[in-house]
Amino acid sequence: MKAGSNLEKVLKAGHFAVTGELGPPRGNNAEEVRHKAHFLKGVVDSVNITDNQTAVVRMASWAACKILIDEGLEPNYQMVCRDRNRIALQSDILGATALGIKNVLCLSGDHQRFGDHPEGKNVYDLDSVQLITVFKKMRDEGKFLNDKELDGAPGVFIGAAANPFADPFDFRVTRLAKKIAAGADFIQTQCIYNLPKFREYMKRAVDKGLHEKCAILAGITPLKSVGMAKYMAKFVPGMDVPEELVKRLQGVDKKAQGDEGIKIAIEMIQEIRETMPGVAGVHVMAIEWEHRAKEIVEGAGLLPRPVVD
Amino acid sequence: MIVGDSKPLEEILEMIEGKDRVLVLGCRGCVTVCNVGGEKEVGILATALRIARKMRGLPGHIEERTLERQCDPEYIEELADAAEGYDAIVSIACGVGPQFVAERFPAARVYPGINTTFIGGALEHGVWSERCQSCGNCLVHHFGGLCPIARCSKSLMNGPCGGSANKKCEISPEVDCVWHLIVEKMEAMGRLEELERVWPVKNWITSRDGGPRRRVREDLKQ
Repeated sequence: MKAGSNLEKVLKAGHFAVTGELGPPRGNNAEEVRHKAHFLKGVVDSVNITDNQTAVVRMASWAACKILIDEGLEPNYQMVCRDRNRIALQSDILGATALGIKNVLCLSGDHQRFGDHPEGKNVYDLDSVQLITVFKKMRDEGKFLNDKELDGAPGVFIGAAANPFADPFDFRVTRLAKKIAAGADFIQTQCIYNLPKFREYMKRAVDKGLHEKCAILAGITPLKSVGMAKYMAKFVPGMDVPEELVKRLQGVDKKAQGDEGIKIAIEMIQEIRETMPGVAGVHVMAIEWEHRAKEIVEGAGLLPRPVVD
Repeated sequence: MIVGDSKPLEEILEMIEGKDRVLVLGCRGCVTVCNVGGEKEVGILATALRIARKMRGLPGHIEERTLERQCDPEYIEELADAAEGYDAIVSIACGVGPQFVAERFPAARVYPGINTTFIGGALEHGVWSERCQSCGNCLVHHFGGLCPIARCSKSLMNGPCGGSANKKCEISPEVDCVWHLIVEKMEAMGRLEELERVWPVKNWITSRDGGPRRRVREDLKQ
């Protein structure tokens, strides 16, 4: 065991893992975090806490992680390279693990031009691949990036993201392999809507044996409406929403589109689980829809979640 | 070259408000090549300032001069007889120019007439693109001759990130994803496997992050 986290145990025991996602509030409203967490308790194995996602300022990820721990859930601490240099990144992982955080997700982070402080300076001292190498070194060698000894190494289960739908497609599996070579223990993919393309991506990953070195979790985000589907297709870089999905949502009454989106998510999970070798679980990102995550996980036949000692 | 942009005329007029004798000072270096601060642009700016002041009924006298370079003391020295006789000197060299002039002539009031934007090159007449961030440790040969530090919005050494779509960067459809270009170029050169390397953490000490930089060449010092 690298960290002994619940997520690590579930994966190691060979269960099909389920992770969730929770966005901290745009303020210090701890109650809001507890409220959202309550919907995910017992539904997922661990919960990603986003780190100022889309470069919009929110409650610190590590703090929201701590609130989750206090509520009896396991967090995945998301960390982006946009906002802090190597000193802060190493310091924060020490602090986070001291508070009981056991999973981390290493990301470069959305550029601040997307966010609510586009005038800000960015850091990008490290990139996401390098961040993985730094945390692996701290954990496995007990050393900082500069080779100095740590007084207490962070036992942490290291995650990374992969977007199978970004360009250039042919290089995407190579980049996945780089993250695994750097030390990623688990991968969560970007939201999947184009199943044939994801199938091809997974086939190439499996051909390289990547699924044996690292747990690959498929990213699922339910579409709430036709509007959301169109927005994702048009405005979110690296997102691939096939036209037939948009049409399927258009085919139902506006009030029923959310239910249809959930149905689609369930079908996708089932198809991925049953027909795509190498996928170790799903990452359900029910963004600002935490209260409906349970329907998806339950509908996909993934409840109750396993309890592994 | 160092590429710059003219400041808006209004901003310059405001700078020199109430200043009677004004010198517009050009440079025959980079800013001449990028058509923002050479002899020709000195003439254009001086004329524009004269007209604007005249139309507003403001007094004043505007002179023109262009130095070989404003980043070398020997050329700055050419102003020795005149510099402190002006009420304002508007330098349209890169940011080095106004500083060198002000340093040499402590009593002079020196104003920047352009904004220095980046180190780059001309793509076509009238179009320039950033190519170098002067990080102090050039690695472009590993990336097919394309710089991921200056040209990736996140300076990723292990790109492309998940925001790369249709060869464009996530920040804007106007910005090329340099990592897409790197992958294409390396593939075309049959060198794609070189990109499988996990690039270690970069040493930024040679970059601006290590503090203001200074270079001493003992072999050239007198």
